[in-house]
Amino acid sequence: MSGNGASSSSLNMISGEDVVNNNLTALVVDDSPLLRLLHDIHLKKYGLKVQVAENGKVAVDLFHLGASFDLVLMDKEMPVMNGVEATKELRAMGVTSMIVGVTSKDGPGEQQAFMEAGLDYCFEKPLTPEIISILLEELNKHNKKD
Amino acid sequence: MERNPMRRQLAIMRQSLFDQGHVDEQFVQLEELQDDANPNFVEEVVTLYYRDSARIILNIEQALERKPFDFRKLDAYMHQFKGSSSSIGAKKVKAESTLFREYCKSGNGEGCMRSFQQLKKEYATLRKKLGAYFQLARQAGPVETASRPK
Repeated sequence: MSGNGASSSSLNMISGEDVVNNNLTALVVDDSPLLRLLHDIHLKKYGLKVQVAENGKVAVDLFHLGASFDLVLMDKEMPVMNGVEATKELRAMGVTSMIVGVTSKDGPGEQQAFMEAGLDYCFEKPLTPEIISILLEELNKHNKKD
Repeated sequence: MERNPMRRQLAIMRQSLFDQGHVDEQFVQLEELQDDANPNFVEEVVTLYYRDSARIILNIEQALERKPFDFRKLDAYMHQFKGSSSSIGAKKVKAESTLFREYCKSGNGEGCMRSFQQLKKEYATLRKKLGAYFQLARQAGPVETASRPK
C-alpha cells in the first residue's frame, strides 16, 4: 500500500492519547539532515530517546556494537548502504526491533521490495503525528506481551 | 481574531501562504512541533531545507549542462529535492518536482529544462514569502499555538 497508510492491515487507527512513553528508544536512519531532524523532534515529543544515523551502514554498525532500539525508522534511498540492504542485514543479524520503512512516493513494486527486506511497516515520508501515534501504540502493545 | 496589528498581519501572511498554494498541511505539522523547547523550529527546518536545496539545485544545474542528459541521475537528484520539499510542505515546488521527474522518466530533455526553470521560480518565490513571514514572526514574538488554515 502506498501513500500515508500502513502496508500492513494489522494496524488499528487508535487515538494517540496514551502513547507518551519514556522507555522506548528509536533510531532514525536517513541521509537527509532535514528528515533526521524532523523525525527526531517528532519522536522526542512522544518521550522517546532518539539516535540518528546518516545511512544504513552506520545503523548496522550501531547494532554490531551492541546498541538496541525499539523502533528503527529506515529511509530507503541512502548512499553507502541503502534501506533495503540495511534492513536485510539487521534481520540477518537477528534484530527484532520494529523497522519502519520511510519512502518518497515510489511505485508499489519498489515498496514491496522494501517490505520484503524485512520491514514491519512502510510509509511515505515524512511520518505524520497520527502514524507515529499508531506505531507507538503497536510498540507498547508488543512490549506488554514480552 | 488577533487584536495586535502585527499578529493580525502575520496571520494574514500565513493564510495567504496556504491560499496561494505555496505550502500545505505539512507546514502546519511543522508548526505543531514548535514549542518553548524549540521556539524557532519551523525556521530552523526551513533553513536546513534551503541548505539542502542549494546543493541539489547546483547538482541538477551541472547535470543539465552535460549532454546527453543522464536522466537517471537527474531523476535521483529531483527525488531528493522532492523529498525535502515535501517535508516542509512546499506544495508548488513539490508539484514542479513531480513534473520534472515525469519528464526524466520519458526522456524528455526539453521538458526537464522548462520544468527546472519553473521550479527555480517557484522556489525563489517561496523563499521570498517565507523570508518575509519569518521576519515578521520574529518581530511579533512567539505564537501560542498553530492553527489550521481556514
